[in-house]
Amino acid sequence: MSSTSSSIPAFATDAAPRAAAWRRFLRRQPTLVIGLAVLLLVLVAGVLAPVWWTGDPQQMRPGQRLQPPSFVRWFGSDQFGRDVYTRTLYGARVSLVVGAAVALVSLAFGTMLGLVIGFYRRLDAVMMRVMDGLMAIPAILLALALMAMMRGSVRNVIIALVIPEIPRVVRLVRASVLSLREHTMVEGARALGVRTPRILVRYILPALVAPLLVQATYVCASAILFEAYLSFLGAGTPPHIPSWGNIMAEGKTYVQLAFWIILFPGLFLAVTVLAVNLVGDGLRDLLKIRG
Amino acid sequence: MGVVALAVFALLHVTPGDPAVIIAGDYATTDDIARIRARLGLDQPFHTQVAIWLGRVVRGDLGTSIFSGLPVSTLIGQRAATTFWLTLFAMLISVGVGVPIGVVAAWRKGSWLDRAVMVFAVSGFSMPTFWLGFILVYVFAITAGWLPVQGYAPLGGGVGSFLSHLILPAVTLSVVYMGLIARMTRASMLGVLDEDYIRTAFAKGLAPSGVLVRHALKNASLPIVTIVGIGFALLIGGAVVTESVFALPGLGRLTVDAIVRRDYPVIQGVLLVVSGVYVMINLVVDVLYVVLDPRIRY
Repeated sequence: MSSTSSSIPAFATDAAPRAAAWRRFLRRQPTLVIGLAVLLLVLVAGVLAPVWWTGDPQQMRPGQRLQPPSFVRWFGSDQFGRDVYTRTLYGARVSLVVGAAVALVSLAFGTMLGLVIGFYRRLDAVMMRVMDGLMAIPAILLALALMAMMRGSVRNVIIALVIPEIPRVVRLVRASVLSLREHTMVEGARALGVRTPRILVRYILPALVAPLLVQATYVCASAILFEAYLSFLGAGTPPHIPSWGNIMAEGKTYVQLAFWIILFPGLFLAVTVLAVNLVGDGLRDLLKIRG
Repeated sequence: MGVVALAVFALLHVTPGDPAVIIAGDYATTDDIARIRARLGLDQPFHTQVAIWLGRVVRGDLGTSIFSGLPVSTLIGQRAATTFWLTLFAMLISVGVGVPIGVVAAWRKGSWLDRAVMVFAVSGFSMPTFWLGFILVYVFAITAGWLPVQGYAPLGGGVGSFLSHLILPAVTLSVVYMGLIARMTRASMLGVLDEDYIRTAFAKGLAPSGVLVRHALKNASLPIVTIVGIGFALLIGGAVVTESVFALPGLGRLTVDAIVRRDYPVIQGVLLVVSGVYVMINLVVDVLYVVLDPRIRY
């Protein structure tokens, strides 16, 4: 997969072989490169939020309520006179943390469960029914209901979003395990007396890395969207932490007066999710995964 | 269905957090909490609670709302019609647009048209539903003034007003679903268009539209129908958010209000009913397989 792009500089004789290789990579994988670039921008914007001429995201300026965008207030101000630009940049933090955490945690749990379920037939029948049951509940509704049971915090949002995602990962892993289990190399390993846990980790897990990587990006994209949905509906990130969802939730009463409170965070949200999805599509093409 | 019911119940009880404590509020005494717990039957052992709840559900009793005191089934009945129309229109729009653009993209593979459709599809399912809703409201209702900003008009009050209130929410909701359907249609059509019988049909000089629809689309329809069924979950999730943006009195609003008020029986009931509908739709999809492809038998 990467051997084509890394072997090219060896043959290229022009002054900047590395740059040529990069250009070729860009031409072949435009979606992946564009997605990664945008994602990197959002990451830099969020992580280094205090650097980008922002201020305190919670600072209220009663004299400057609902100001339209201007050179001083790039994205305008909200009903408390808080700077929408500052809040939007800080909001990137919650979205990125939730997206990455949900992808990692659901992948870790889902992979473990999937490996075990796929290998032990007796567990399979029971556990897959449970997973089917879970998957029959629309993810957002399930996450909403779970949030209703817990207090609003970023950690709880992550938990509420991980639970609906796990069955989907389990299904993917289990399907691959079922087909790989019959593979000659596994049969050979078994004949050599390799124990089951070792077979799972050494023979089956490596084959799953590529599809799981692609799955992780899609889980990440939907987690970022769902965090915004939950916060927008008032069941997500608590109001004292600015997130794109709750900025828009607070702005929705003022749509007619101050459209910019909703416009900018939503634009960031849409672009970020799009970027993550593009990375996923790009990876899928690069790693040649079907479906 | 039994598994779904059990899963809904178990999940809401296994999650950390005690409903009684949350209902009682921050200033409640231990006695208050114990009283609420007893009233809700939460002091019973887990398996007894499950048995009682399942027994009621089987008889069609979803419990009583803590907030309004009305039976949950009545509340759901009042709100179901709005959500039904909203999702129905959204589904019609997304299939009506998504399938044709997917077919065209596959037919003209690699062209700018194909690329435009693919970009539209990815953007479609990356789009935050509520944000799109606000943009559409701002453009068509607030600025242009062509359509009502919010609210719902029942069908009984005239078809014109019914449709004009429903069109923006339905379009908003359909975009995510449309992207998904267009992508699946294109992928599935590409697989079929490579077949020999398609080349034969074109070689015979049949009209391209006829070949695409009658020869290709028919054989490419199974994955499309599957995604329509699975994507229904997205549609319902989107409906919750869309109803909140457009102030539509549907199941989504009922859920969100119930969550704000910690009205657990209502949350459980809605979850169960919606999941039931989802399972039924996918059952219909399974039956459709047989109609679309006579080779499949059960």
